[in-house]
Amino acid sequence: MASIELRLEIEDLYTAYAATLDDDDLDAWPDLFTEDCLYQVIPRDNFDRDLPLALIRCESRAMLRDRVTAVRETTMFEPRYVRHLISNIRVSSETDGVIEAQANYAVFETMTDAYTRVFNVGRYLDKLVREDGRLLFSEKRCVYDSVLVPNSIIYPI
Amino acid sequence: MSVSHADNAPLVTWPNDGYDRIPYQIYTDPEVYRQELETIFYGDSWGFVALEVEVPNAGDFKSAWIGERPVIVTRAEDGSVNVIANRCAHRGVKFCHKDSGNAENFTCPYHQWMYDLKGNLLGVPFRRGIDGQGGMPKDFDRANHGLDKLQVHCENGAIFASFSETVEPFAGFLGPEMLGYFNRVFDGRELTLLGYSRQLIPGNWKLMMENLKDPYHASLLHIFLITFGLFRADNQSSVAMDDTGRHACLISKRGEQKHTDKTRDMKRLWEDFNLQDPRILDPVPEFPGDATVVMQTLWPSLIIQQQSNTLAMRQIVPRGPGRHELRWTYFGYADDDEEMTRRRLRQANLMGPAGLVSVDDSEVLKVSQDGIEPFEEAAAVAEMGGRETESQDHMVTEVGVRGFYKYYRQVMGL
Ligand SMILES: [Fe+2]
Repeated sequence: MASIELRLEIEDLYTAYAATLDDDDLDAWPDLFTEDCLYQVIPRDNFDRDLPLALIRCESRAMLRDRVTAVRETTMFEPRYVRHLISNIRVSSETDGVIEAQANYAVFETMTDAYTRVFNVGRYLDKLVREDGRLLFSEKRCVYDSVLVPNSIIYPI
Repeated sequence: MSVSHADNAPLVTWPNDGYDRIPYQIYTDPEVYRQELETIFYGDSWGFVALEVEVPNAGDFKSAWIGERPVIVTRAEDGSVNVIANRCAHRGVKFCHKDSGNAENFTCPYHQWMYDLKGNLLGVPFRRGIDGQGGMPKDFDRANHGLDKLQVHCENGAIFASFSETVEPFAGFLGPEMLGYFNRVFDGRELTLLGYSRQLIPGNWKLMMENLKDPYHASLLHIFLITFGLFRADNQSSVAMDDTGRHACLISKRGEQKHTDKTRDMKRLWEDFNLQDPRILDPVPEFPGDATVVMQTLWPSLIIQQQSNTLAMRQIVPRGPGRHELRWTYFGYADDDEEMTRRRLRQANLMGPAGLVSVDDSEVLKVSQDGIEPFEEAAAVAEMGGRETESQDHMVTEVGVRGFYKYYRQVMGL
């Protein structure tokens, strides 16, 4: 079982993760990943059937930065706010410096002229490593439950 | 003939005799929508339902939709592909809840009527009653109570189905040129399934078809595409259609990431966007000819995407006048090596509900519907590239949209 100190540290990482997305601090979002990270947003049915397609597939921190640039500069979308709630964090294993962790998440979306809606709900299946004393995501898979996406995913999950 | 409203007025008054005006009413009116389902989706057309690779073995099934009707694609014991309605012939229950699976037969949970993989009724519990009481009438014939069986056509690994008994053969439905483009991707090689994505877009289904028949917008809306020259009006390109105008292809060849005198009006081309990890755009040629993009739209509701090395079927399922579901099925070929599969998966970042390019479209369709709905009396303008409906060898045109409405008016009697 992970020490209380480690558990708090992991919780801090998830809190920081949510904050970068919720506070529109997208440029800081890639900094929470390792350079050779893998980030994917995967519909549950692909995941369950071992189909490799992801909606977002970034194979490096550089690809995460390109995604941020695209959201900032090239994508046309209606303005919106997102809010992440992350809970039920559990550490499933810790071997050779790689921590495997899972969490449930819910993303709420608020368009400027509509009530807040539940946008995307699922689980994070993550790998965390320590670099220069900081915990970072080396892998993050966001597996979402409702395979039907309400229109478009603009911000990372 | 068009169905008339109760007051005998025509269902829709088209603004002129041509195809360069599109009345907003056809994007909003529930009665028009109802007639579209009846005439177009359940009428003489072929709808894409699945890839054969999704049902490779006997007993495999896959749920699909034609219009708003749920259907099931099955592989029977004799190897045949069947498409049956997901509606119990007894009391109408949508009996299959799984997206895919393997089964020996289908049993409705309500009264346990059981059907084989081809939709034939195998058994009805209590058919002879209990102790001589109840039971079906003596003349009840199982042969008359099977599931609805659709017409089926398999074209090099893609399965199409139709509710109509009078639908023309698939080859004639596409015509030689469109069949040629279809078989460019579906060339007989075995396919491999990469996965799915689905999104619910709050816009009329025809807006999505128009979007993929309109290369004009791509040079202006999609900064990502134009910046990297993936699809742009100054590229060598064309819009091809069949004789009826109902099917089309946007065909183009990749250009470069720089401004020329021809890109003057593309204010959003961004020469300084340097990808920090360019592997997302490392296309390799894999099809004959020099086109790097062919987007094919098949009447009424299928888009076949070949953008660089990302291949997908995009099937439109209408969900009422104001919204539709877009179902993406990504695939490659069984002989792809690991690097090619990886390339297809990376390039898929451009498409789908989170696609760096296609998000622009799903977002723009929503605001299109938002603008159209409160102004039902107005009409859209589609005059770019003229008012005619013949194929054109450039991209500065809405001719594919006009072709679509030429056929739409004919079929709908409008
Ligand atoms: Fe587009």
